[in-house]
Amino acid sequence: MTDPQMVMYEEEFNQIQAIVERLVRESNARVVFIIDKNGQLIAAAGETEQLDATSLASLTAGNVAATGGMAKLLRESEFTTQFHEGERQNIHIQLVGNRVILVVIFDNKTSLGLVRLRVKKASEELNRIFEALLAKVRDGAETPFAEITDDDIDNLFND
Amino acid sequence: MSFINYLSREINCKIVYYGPGLCGKTTNLQYIYNKTNPEAKGKMISLATETERTLFFDFLPLALGEIRGFKTRFHLYTVPGQVFYDASRKLILKGVDGVVFVADSQIARTEANIESMENLRTNLAEQGYSLDKLPYVVQYNKRDMPHVAPVEELRALLNPAGVPDFEAVATQGEGVFETLKAVAKLVLTELKRGTK
Ligand SMILES: Nc1nc2c(ncn2[C@@H]2O[C@H](COP(=O)(O)OP(=O)(O)OP(=O)(O)O)[C@@H](O)[C@H]2O)c(=O)[nH]1
Ligand SMILES: [Mg+2]
Repeated sequence: MTDPQMVMYEEEFNQIQAIVERLVRESNARVVFIIDKNGQLIAAAGETEQLDATSLASLTAGNVAATGGMAKLLRESEFTTQFHEGERQNIHIQLVGNRVILVVIFDNKTSLGLVRLRVKKASEELNRIFEALLAKVRDGAETPFAEITDDDIDNLFND
Repeated sequence: MSFINYLSREINCKIVYYGPGLCGKTTNLQYIYNKTNPEAKGKMISLATETERTLFFDFLPLALGEIRGFKTRFHLYTVPGQVFYDASRKLILKGVDGVVFVADSQIARTEANIESMENLRTNLAEQGYSLDKLPYVVQYNKRDMPHVAPVEELRALLNPAGVPDFEAVATQGEGVFETLKAVAKLVLTELKRGTK
């Protein structure tokens, strides 16, 4: 496989979650979430109950993938930022370290300038955490799946 | 590329339904969606044209159950089968853990099946994957249509490696869950093997 397995541990998750929560506060955003490039939700904070995060994550990843495809055609390495402006709400999408995507949804309680500023700082921090996390995974941290048996897998389908 | 979350004790895998235009990829997902308990599924998203052809992808998140205290979640995607959407197909394949190749059994679609299978190999290779190393299964769909090729013939053309394959009538659900279970099982087995 081309990419190492994405794994999330409690330690790194807590660091990531703290950054996401701080970003909601400091940028006055409605919701902030982080997804991987395949559309898996990693962390979220803010008014998350009102959102279908799984759907949003998959669509955002598709959007970023499509934009990345356009960049390739233009021989750009990547468009790292996207901004969608709505009547009441806006979405700011930032690619972090070419691996995860930081999404901020905000309304007129704040401004694009402030969101951009806070996102910049948060992405630098997030990038460091994900780098460390990946190094840990590459060094061969164990997974629970080493010990599962064929019976475990069969049992999943016996209903 | 599956995603293991130790915190929520979840494992997420991505399965892609591939195949020529109109072979029934979207129909497979719709049937799965309609027959799954509400608590086991999320919303199905279809990015489609006005004539219901897939434009970018369909997406269906599904929970299959627990293994050793880990919830197994599968994200099912379909690609757009029409030839000119190739750029989009490549994007959907990124990070794939398992593939279902849906063939259209109608004799008239023989060439389209072969082309799509070759296209799948090419697009996987571009991303450093090989179909021979990836968990994958084949489905011969539309078995209810009047002019279909015999399964042995389809198998010789599309499944020389002899991976698990299934006859299906996706509109009636025949073979749909059998196909899904087979690929899910291969993906989990691969996960187990991939962990030294
Ligand atoms: N008779 C019959 N019709 C089927 C079967 N499976 C799908 N269809 C029909 O074939 C048509 C195309 O099905 P889709 O599922 O949209 O095909 P698709 O592979 O998603 O097509 P693209 O999105 O263009 O790639 C629809 O009208 C389906 O109802 C089948 O097993 N038997
Ligand atoms: Mg379709």
